[in-house]
Amino acid sequence: MTEILAALLLFTGSCFTLLAAFGIVRLPDLFTRLHAATKASTLGVGCLMAAVAIHFGSLETTTRAVATTIFLLLTAPVGAHLLARAAYWMGVKFWEKTEIDEMRSHWEVYSKQAREDS
Amino acid sequence: MTETGNSLLEIVAMLSLGMLSLALFFALIRLAKGPSLPDRVMALDLMGSIVVGMIAVYCIVTGNAEFLDTGIVLALIGFLSTVAFAKFIEKGLSR
Repeated sequence: MTEILAALLLFTGSCFTLLAAFGIVRLPDLFTRLHAATKASTLGVGCLMAAVAIHFGSLETTTRAVATTIFLLLTAPVGAHLLARAAYWMGVKFWEKTEIDEMRSHWEVYSKQAREDS
Repeated sequence: MTETGNSLLEIVAMLSLGMLSLALFFALIRLAKGPSLPDRVMALDLMGSIVVGMIAVYCIVTGNAEFLDTGIVLALIGFLSTVAFAKFIEKGLSR
């Protein structure tokens, strides 16, 4: 039973990771690619870690797998946020069908503040 | 643990290693042709996550759970490199 569950989780996790990599190639601009790269890969690696925890079934392995998953869940959104902010600052072009840019009004205030600080 | 269940897990582990290698290749395509620097940093971050997943599958293939420590360290290094690159893009080398 645990073998079948581990195999199912392995397959699901690698499917999600492959989907993340496929999205990173196919999606039109950086800000949409960040969706695929962050969310799908976190879920995929989390499924793989759950498969490892179920397969070994010991306390130390489960602790390590849970620690890795929690670490990825904490750091992936932070990294994506920093990267998106840096890309916006750098002036990376949006996809031409993107209509809403809610960052612009806040961005002027932020960059003025940054200029005064430096 | 029956014989068929064991071989099923081995087959699925090999299949998922192949799928993860394909994912690594897709990320490499974006790393090679990404139009801007944040694209390449994002591809590197994704490659780090994929390699952490490959380490997890490799633990199951070899039956040795010690490799998970390597995965934790690799996730940490990937996050630190992403943060460092983001700071470098935003503020340059001066601060």
